[in-house]
Amino acid sequence: MPRTVDAGRIGKNRGEKANNGKDGSTLSGPVYEIEVRIRNVEGLHMRPAMQFVDTASRFHSKIEVTNDETSVDAKSIMQMTMLAATCGTKLRIKAAGDDAEEAIHALRRLVEVEMFGETPAPRGDATESG
Amino acid sequence: MRLSDFVCLEALIPDLKAGDRDGVILELIQALVKAGKLTRTKAEEVAKAVIHREKEASTGIGKGVAVPHVKHSAAKQVVAAVGCCGRGIDFSSLDKQPVYSVILLLSPADKADKHLQAMECIFRNLQKDDFRRFLRQAQTVAQVRETIEDADASNS
Repeated sequence: MPRTVDAGRIGKNRGEKANNGKDGSTLSGPVYEIEVRIRNVEGLHMRPAMQFVDTASRFHSKIEVTNDETSVDAKSIMQMTMLAATCGTKLRIKAAGDDAEEAIHALRRLVEVEMFGETPAPRGDATESG
Repeated sequence: MRLSDFVCLEALIPDLKAGDRDGVILELIQALVKAGKLTRTKAEEVAKAVIHREKEASTGIGKGVAVPHVKHSAAKQVVAAVGCCGRGIDFSSLDKQPVYSVILLLSPADKADKHLQAMECIFRNLQKDDFRRFLRQAQTVAQVRETIEDADASNS
């Protein structure tokens, strides 16, 4: 899978239009994408996954979340739980639709700023695992 | 991770007796006690923790399945019990439909990553129509076990 530019590092509150159709994505039209890192110590377990789905579902856009291996529908709790994203895992959020840009920022905020309302990893402990 | 890495094959219940959510959770935890995966003295505390978690947000994620779970210090390893109920149980599911198959997962409090991997494995299989159908139709312990083993074989 080709790696795209690092569009959404922590602190850079912006998304970038990405190339689409090159990485197995089913999104069509202009695609906004952002990279986020799971920062809460328990990872993306079921309750955060539900919060993620709830937030994603507020938007009309089609939204996908991708780790290194798989790409899933951000509005499906079953698929989101399958990501098994541990603390430190990087995920790419991709959205296409009229509110795509708004959607990726809302989701990034949930993951990286609010951290699902959970305990963050101790400093320096959010090791890469993805 | 494969289902058989953590599903306790001595804790498969093809015909759950309980008729409600909390009863089903207790029944599956008792099965894990009987199988030696949990000490009897901790059973009630763990059951309460699972039920508490369930009240925060239902793990009945639709399509007739529920995955009640908790991370608890009483769990020595990631372990799951599987139960089926032909009558259907009200789990306050997201799709408001009854639940026919329940996978109860216990994880040690300090094994967040293993817990996530087990959940990934469970949901990867629950995504499959065949797996859900076979689990729902299973009427004997052997059929539940076969469903689990077949799922692992098809994933490997």
